Amino acid sequence: MTGLDALSGGFATPALDSARAFRAAMEALARPGTIREVAGAAPPGPLSPAAGVLILTLCDPSTPLHLAGGWDVPAVRDWVAFHAGAPLVAAERAAFAVGDWAALRPLGRFAQGTPDYPDRSATLIVEVPRLAADGARLTGPGIRGETWLSLPAPVEPLVANAARFPLGVDLFLTHGHRLAALPRSTRIG
Amino acid sequence: MDGSGQMAVAERPGWMGLCARAPGARLMELVGALGPRPAFAWLRVPEIGSVMIRGRAGGTGAAFHLGEMTATRGALRLSCGTVGHGWVQGRDKAACEAAALVDALMQTGAAARVRAAVLEPLEREALAQRRARAAKAAATRVEFFTLVRGEDQ
Amino acid sequence: MYVAVKGGEAAIDAAHGWLAEERRGDARVPELTVAQIREQMTLAVDRVMAEGSLWDPDLAALAIKQARGDLIEAVFLLRAYRTTLPRFGASVPVDTGAMLCDRRVSATFKDLPGGQVLGPTFDYTHRLLDFALMAEGEVPPARERTAEPGPVPHVVAVLDREGLIQREAEGEGPVPDLTREPLELPADRALRLQALARGDEGFLLGLAYSTQRGYGRTHAFVGELRTGTVTVEVEVPELGFAIALGEVVLTECETVNQFAGSRTEPPQFTRGYGLTLGRTERKALAMSLVDRALRWRELGEDFVGAPAQDEEFVLSHCDNVQATGFLEHIKLPHYVDFQSELELVRRLRREAAEGATREAAE
Repeated sequence: MTGLDALSGGFATPALDSARAFRAAMEALARPGTIREVAGAAPPGPLSPAAGVLILTLCDPSTPLHLAGGWDVPAVRDWVAFHAGAPLVAAERAAFAVGDWAALRPLGRFAQGTPDYPDRSATLIVEVPRLAADGARLTGPGIRGETWLSLPAPVEPLVANAARFPLGVDLFLTHGHRLAALPRSTRIG
Repeated sequence: MDGSGQMAVAERPGWMGLCARAPGARLMELVGALGPRPAFAWLRVPEIGSVMIRGRAGGTGAAFHLGEMTATRGALRLSCGTVGHGWVQGRDKAACEAAALVDALMQTGAAARVRAAVLEPLEREALAQRRARAAKAAATRVEFFTLVRGEDQ
Repeated sequence: MYVAVKGGEAAIDAAHGWLAEERRGDARVPELTVAQIREQMTLAVDRVMAEGSLWDPDLAALAIKQARGDLIEAVFLLRAYRTTLPRFGASVPVDTGAMLCDRRVSATFKDLPGGQVLGPTFDYTHRLLDFALMAEGEVPPARERTAEPGPVPHVVAVLDREGLIQREAEGEGPVPDLTREPLELPADRALRLQALARGDEGFLLGLAYSTQRGYGRTHAFVGELRTGTVTVEVEVPELGFAIALGEVVLTECETVNQFAGSRTEPPQFTRGYGLTLGRTERKALAMSLVDRALRWRELGEDFVGAPAQDEEFVLSHCDNVQATGFLEHIKLPHYVDFQSELELVRRLRREAAEGATREAAE
C-alpha cells in the first residue's frame, strides 16, 4: 500500500490542468529557449513541480519512465505509480526519463529513434539548479535569430545530441515551477 | 474466482470488483441508504478513461489487443485518514464516488454494516442475474436422441 | 494540391440543421431513446462496439442514433470519442475458458462436455418476415431450465490432449498495439488479430467467403463457437493487485483446419481464431477463417496469391474508418486539382489537333 503523500499532489482538474500543461510543453518545444511557468502538481522531492506537471501530462501506462539517480526514491516511485501509472524501467527502455544532469548522462543509453521513425526516441526531463535566459546561444527552428538559455554543464553531450539530428533525444529543463525545452533540432553555440 | 464468476468479497479485490461491475444506479441507491455521506476529500477526482482488453490467440496463446472498454477511477480520503479507491466499469462518476466510499468504509469500523447493506445485496443480485441467464441457456441445450433404425429389427 | 478556400458556412449550417430534422423523422412518431436502441437494436450496438473497438453500450447506442443508423458513421463517432480517453492500462488477458456462455456450439463433435447450447440464435428460424412484430405486444418469457452458471471447457482442448492439433505458442514481450504505433509489415499474429478484431464485418465476410470458394482454401470446421460474458481483470498499479473491473460479452470462434504437415510438423490439425466484442458471430467466424488463411507462412504452406493470404492487402484495407475516410474525401472539393487536369486535357487535345492539321498540310 502506498503512503498518503504518494496519493496527493495530482492535478485537481485533470482535463484542464493537463491541457494547460500540454500547451506549455508544446510551446516550449516549438520555441526553444523560452521559459514557461506551469502549475498544478505538488510531487514529493526531489521531483520539482514542473517535472511533476510534465509527468502527469505526458506519461501514462504506455510510456515507460526512467527515474535517474537520486530521483529513483520510493516517494517518487509511488507518486508516479498512482498519478501516471507509467512503468518504471532502465534507461535503455525509457520513453521518458527524469533526473539531474549528472544522473541522466550519458545520453547514448536512451532510445535515439530510427531513421524511419525518429520519434521513437526518449524525452529527458533534466532538473537544473538554475533556469534563466542567459548562457549558451541557441539557434535553429522556432528561434527568430538567436536566443540564450542556461544549459547544464558540461554542454558537450547536448552539442553532440543536436549533431545526431534527425535522431537523438529531446530535453526539457525544469526548475521549480518553470520549464524550458531543448529539442534535438536546436543548435548550440 | 470460482466457476460461477463470483469473487469472494471478503478481500479487498473482491469488494472493489463487485462495486466496479455493479449497475451504477443500484450501487448509488444502496450507498445512499447507508445514511449521511461521510466527509471526504478527493485525492484523485473521478476521471473517465479506458482499459485495453486483451485476449489470447487461440484462447491460450500469445496475448493480443481486442479493444477497449470505458472505465472511471477516483480516490478519496475520509476525514479519519482512510483512503478509498473507486474503479468502475463505464462512465459514471457518481458511481465511482460510491465505489470509493465503499472501499474506504470497508477498512473502518463500518465494514460489517457496509457489507450487509451494500455488498451482500449486490452479490445476491449479480448471482440471480447469472442464474437467470444460465437457466435460459440451459433450456436451449440440445438433447440428442437416436431414432430406431429399420435394419436393426 | 490543397488550397484553402472560404465560404459555404451558411450552407453548412443549414445542412446540419436539416440533418437534425431528418434524423428525427416524422415528429408524430415517438422519438427513439438511446436506451431503446441499446436494448432493442442490440446486434447493431454490438457491431458498432466491435468495429469501434470500445465496449460501452450506451455510447454505441447514442452513436447509432446520431448517425441515423449508418453503422460505419456510428463506428467513426465511437472511435473519435475513444481518442479523447486517457488509457488507464491493459487488462490481464481474458479467460474465454471461464466464459459464462449464452451460446456454445460445435460443428465437429456432437457430444461434448457442456453440450450444444443454441442460445438466442437466428439459425433455425425460417427467415419469414414476422408481421406480428408490426403490432405491439408482450413477448412471452423465455423458457428456463434450472442450471448453475459455470464455465464449460473449450472443445478444441479435446484435440489438444491427443496432440492432434497445433499448440498455440505463448507470446512473450510487449503486446503490439495498432492504436499506438503505425502498422509495420510483416505483422505478427497479435497485431493481425487486433486489426481483424476491429476490422469491418463486411470486408472480413467477403474475404472469408473467398477462402471457402477456393481463393486460399483452408478447409475449416467450426470446432467451437461461443458467446457469453467474461470478466475483465485489471492490475491496479497503486494497489498492487488486480480487480475484476468489468464484464463484457464476447464471441469466440475456433476453427479446426486440415493440415497435411510440413518438413518440421507431423500431420495434424491447425487453428484459426476469432474473438470479437459483443454478439458478433458472423464476424468472429469470418475472422477465424481469415486468421487461418494469413498463417500460411508460419505453418510452412504455399502462398497461392489469394487475397485472404495477403497480409498487406488484408490489414491495410480491413479498417472501415480508414477506408471510408479516404474514400469519402474524394467527394469534398478538389476544384484546384481538377482545374489543372482540365487544363492538361485541353492542352493535349489542342496539341493533337494542331499535329493533325500539320500532318494534313504536309
